[in-house]
Amino acid sequence: MATETLTAEATAGGGGPRRRRGGIRSNENLAGWLFVAPVIVILGLFLLLPILMALWVSLTDWNGQGSPFTGDVPFVGGHNYTQLFTEDGLARRDFMTSIRNNIYYVAIVVPAQTVLALGLALVVNNRMLKGKSFFRSAFYFPSVTSSVAISVVFLFLFANSGAVNSLLGFVGIDGPEWFADSRGVLHLLFGAVGVDSPPAALADGGPFGLTWWDWLAGPSVAMISIITLVVWTTSGTFMLMFLAGLQNVPVTLDEASTLDGASRWQRFRYVTLPMIRPTMFLVLTLGMIGSWQVFDQVYVMSQGDPAKTTLTPAYLSYRTAFRDFDYGSGAAISFVLFLIIIVLTLIQRRALAERNTDRPRRGWRRRRVPEGS
Amino acid sequence: MAVLTDHPAATPARRHQRTARTLATRFLGYATLVFFGLVFLYPFVIQIGNALKTEPDAAANPLSPFPDPLTLAGFERIFAGTNFPLWLGNSLLVTVLVTIGRVFFDSLAGYALARLRFRGRGGLFAAVIAVMAVPGVVLLIPKFLVLNQLGLYNSYAGLVVPLLADAAGVFIMKQFFESIPVSVEEAARIDGASIFRTFWSVVLPMAKPALITLTILSFQGSWNEFPHSLVSVQDPDLFTLPRGLADLVSGSLGKGTQYPLKLGAALLATIPVAIIFVVFQRYFVRDANDGSDKG
Repeated sequence: MATETLTAEATAGGGGPRRRRGGIRSNENLAGWLFVAPVIVILGLFLLLPILMALWVSLTDWNGQGSPFTGDVPFVGGHNYTQLFTEDGLARRDFMTSIRNNIYYVAIVVPAQTVLALGLALVVNNRMLKGKSFFRSAFYFPSVTSSVAISVVFLFLFANSGAVNSLLGFVGIDGPEWFADSRGVLHLLFGAVGVDSPPAALADGGPFGLTWWDWLAGPSVAMISIITLVVWTTSGTFMLMFLAGLQNVPVTLDEASTLDGASRWQRFRYVTLPMIRPTMFLVLTLGMIGSWQVFDQVYVMSQGDPAKTTLTPAYLSYRTAFRDFDYGSGAAISFVLFLIIIVLTLIQRRALAERNTDRPRRGWRRRRVPEGS
Repeated sequence: MAVLTDHPAATPARRHQRTARTLATRFLGYATLVFFGLVFLYPFVIQIGNALKTEPDAAANPLSPFPDPLTLAGFERIFAGTNFPLWLGNSLLVTVLVTIGRVFFDSLAGYALARLRFRGRGGLFAAVIAVMAVPGVVLLIPKFLVLNQLGLYNSYAGLVVPLLADAAGVFIMKQFFESIPVSVEEAARIDGASIFRTFWSVVLPMAKPALITLTILSFQGSWNEFPHSLVSVQDPDLFTLPRGLADLVSGSLGKGTQYPLKLGAALLATIPVAIIFVVFQRYFVRDANDGSDKG
């Protein structure tokens, strides 16, 4: 391999940059552009151009009639954006409700899928167990199936007389009507300790047109069923990432700490967890980026109902444009969502870049610790 | 090694305790595996069982995997009473075209970005990375706008053409081409083969694993694709399987009824991907692990 690369470099780069114009690299400039042309055309035409078009539409009140790029379409400037944040009205109420719903959704989905994925990875990574590859595939399988098909299955599981309620019935719990129940889980908890109606301090007033009481509702019972579905489908993917990360933990290190008398929990907490910190970060950020994009499941299972408690920004932008024919507002919502996701992505990429500069130190520790024991 | 002999773990009592603990760990490990195996697979078992039940049976015994009586009525109604065959045909057509297009265009571009020296290559690669970060759901309205403007809305072209290339596929192919030694293609080029000929007959045959991975990912992605069909077509004659299925559940049949039919249709839509998953498992796993490398 090494010699091959060497000879290749000698033939290709030996003559220096001047040579490149003649000889075998003569037409690489043209060929290069021809090779990437189809991808550039498709991505440019169906990804970049449309984003610019939508940016324009988000500044208008286009209703879907005719072309949005004529003088007839009323230009409204930043109004579609300001009505989401500063003007009291239905648009802001719906938008802020969708943001609230998605925040609770992220707050449950991300920790739940991370813990589940890590737990499954630890079990599957256990050297003493057999048949692990079967279980690894079983845990991963839901991730590759169609989100629509799987949502249909979960509609059945969470139906009023469905499998989940039958299971709950075994332990004596009368299951709720999942997709008709708009009660917030936190409200239910407050109710359990005797706070049934909002205290006066929370009943009126609150940021962005929702009362504090509304903000503190928690995910609705209906949303819990969507959350269950998503955690169930995504954990397998993240489990595979954790497995890849766990393979970087040297066996010697684990054994050394066992001999030193570390308990199982101590080994996990002080050996495994620090070693897989980069993977952990990757899983957390990918989870956050992904869970701001929930759409298919909402479309199939609840369409934002009941009482708008499963409305998410992604679904709201779709509904505003394609059901209410208010394309300007819909596009504005997508751009706000875009911004949220891009910020999360930038945080992730920056941290990953730091992780790469981290590598030498990890290499040092890897060599160092087994020697020390 | 000196540590090992010094360690108290070597005494018989401790060793006995450790064997007991190992056994307990093993038992706990298997119990966890089996429990979660059920959690992750039993919904599919329920789906298959209930697709073969009568409607009252499915409503009364949703947990049971055994149909009593067993009936194919749900499947008969899928083919006789819905547009399922049409959706299936559309999905097959779209999936085949998209997969061929992606594999070809992505490897062309991946090869150019990995090997050919042309002006603007660095910028283009940065653009590919940037495009990978664009979340699909914010493209719903933009895609509709451009398809509408180009007159492609409500057509097979609108369903297929925008999906013919994807940035992630370009990235996978570029990474792979960079990992294979450059000497063979240099030899071919010195022998006078054109760049495209070198790519087609020398490099691509060496890229088989990556091509299989990309084929599988494209197949799975386009077979399951839902949001794109939602904003590119409206005509029921152009529905793909996920679109038809979503329509079946949320619209035409109404909620809460005909579960055997719905579960059966969802099952049929899952089977092709399930078969590919079982046969080509290691390529799926490779993809997820690549994800952790590239971030």
